[in-house]
Amino acid sequence: METPQERNDNPVVRRLQQLEPGLAAEVLEYRGEMAVVVPRERIRRACELLRSDAELQFTFLSDVSGVDRFPVEPRFEVNYHLLSLYRRERIRLKVRVPGANPVVESVTSVWPTANWHEREVFDLFGVRFEGHPDLRRILMPDNWEGHPLRKDYPVEGYR
Amino acid sequence: MTTTVPTPAGSAETMILNMGPQHPSTHGVLRVVLELDGETVVRAVPEIGYLHTGIEKTCEAKTYTQAITLTDRLDYLAPLSNNLCYCMAVEKLLGLDVPKRAQYIRVLLTELTRIGSHLVWLGTHAIDIGAMSVFLYCFREREEILKILEFVSGQRMMTSYFRVGGIALEPPTGWLDRVQRFVDMFPARLQEYEDLLTENRIWKIRTIGVGHLSAEDAIAWGVSGPSLRGSGVAYDVRKMFPYSSYDEFDFDLITRPEGDCYARYLVRLAEMRESLKIIRQAMPRITPEGPIRADAPGIVPPEREKMKTEMEALIYHFKIFTEGFSPPPGEVYQVIESPRGELGFYVASDGSPKPWRVHVRAPSFVNLQALPKLVEGRLIADTVACIGTIDIVLGEIDR
Repeated sequence: METPQERNDNPVVRRLQQLEPGLAAEVLEYRGEMAVVVPRERIRRACELLRSDAELQFTFLSDVSGVDRFPVEPRFEVNYHLLSLYRRERIRLKVRVPGANPVVESVTSVWPTANWHEREVFDLFGVRFEGHPDLRRILMPDNWEGHPLRKDYPVEGYR
Repeated sequence: MTTTVPTPAGSAETMILNMGPQHPSTHGVLRVVLELDGETVVRAVPEIGYLHTGIEKTCEAKTYTQAITLTDRLDYLAPLSNNLCYCMAVEKLLGLDVPKRAQYIRVLLTELTRIGSHLVWLGTHAIDIGAMSVFLYCFREREEILKILEFVSGQRMMTSYFRVGGIALEPPTGWLDRVQRFVDMFPARLQEYEDLLTENRIWKIRTIGVGHLSAEDAIAWGVSGPSLRGSGVAYDVRKMFPYSSYDEFDFDLITRPEGDCYARYLVRLAEMRESLKIIRQAMPRITPEGPIRADAPGIVPPEREKMKTEMEALIYHFKIFTEGFSPPPGEVYQVIESPRGELGFYVASDGSPKPWRVHVRAPSFVNLQALPKLVEGRLIADTVACIGTIDIVLGEIDR
């Protein structure tokens, strides 16, 4: 889908690799924005390191957004937009999630603000967050069927 | 001011009270489930979604230009901020530069919107706590701002005035005179509100020490905007990641260390003065003539005159309005400082004329999540003050 070039000379990525090799599976850059693809099972670890490392201090989680790349597999993407007030820098973490078993580790233990963001992604995409304290629907009614922001969910007419 | 020994949540002594979704001080259709021990709030659980309209999904079925009209309806008190953030996200996708003149007009109008939005906040917050007259004064001044917006864009609220690559149309002659009149009149009015509230004993009792939020908690809960700066954290997108030429303007970043409702009140009032400063600086920069749209054939609609004489212009016009334009595949996250905090648009393109995904990082959505932090352990009457102080707009929370 993307056409960015690979880059590894970014200090944040270098530091992350130094702390624990293999956390940055892929580095994407587009229009000056850095995105780091993190293996799905290690996202919480990556977030913990980015938040607590004295050199990085990504203490502010701006946003978590889901994307459905249907029909491409792995189908879902969860993007974490982090901000380091200390470094005056933003970075995006990206996790790719297969459609058959859409489960990601929750990062609510790292940033409490992730709570509602993850509930929203769960509600609208059906991606489940393991370890989330209160994974309920947030925007749609509790008895709603389906996940409206999936690409195979019609915009109008009968579901 | 806790009057009783804290009771654990879920014990037999507590009762559940529904506040909203029709409660007048919940600013729309917010529902807060309160667990009470007498008059003390033991637990507060905000329930949202009553205004969910599926704007993000609808955006995927519209062209990039059509989606601008949907962004107006997110934060309906500051539609121009939403327009700006969305347009800048798409401009980033396209790698488009906007002419300086358009950037200054954008800055001036969004700062006017900020004042208008803060006025609604001040008025409703004050009426919630019981100061009726401030509400009437605030809406009187806001009306002047809406008149300027109507004069410029043709719409009071749903302006859709900013477009990808610039602004929709040349502002009418004499619009800066109207802005000047407002700028001349407003400082005295602002002083009136201050006279009514800042040293008002009742106002101070109802807000000082109420709804305390520490800097650490504010950051951990992702709180942004005046609510964050009221807790002493100096984060303003306009200063940290200047956009739309904000780096050329001289204004102060207002913070207060106290972290209570009164601090947030002072921050917002001071911010209105800073916005006035920016508007005053922007006015002389806006030259009477100059480009208001980027020179980007195929993306920005051509001028009417050119369409009558140039074949290419006619073709571009036809293509833009039948098919739209297609940014290259990729994804961007653009943030601006809206009146409520960090407003973010995540826009992903797949190379087609319609966005693949539009996600809104709504500041109210995130700030509201910290509400339990503010109210738990306090009296039920303080809940009203706390909901008012975080300045939520349900339109962008539920989207």
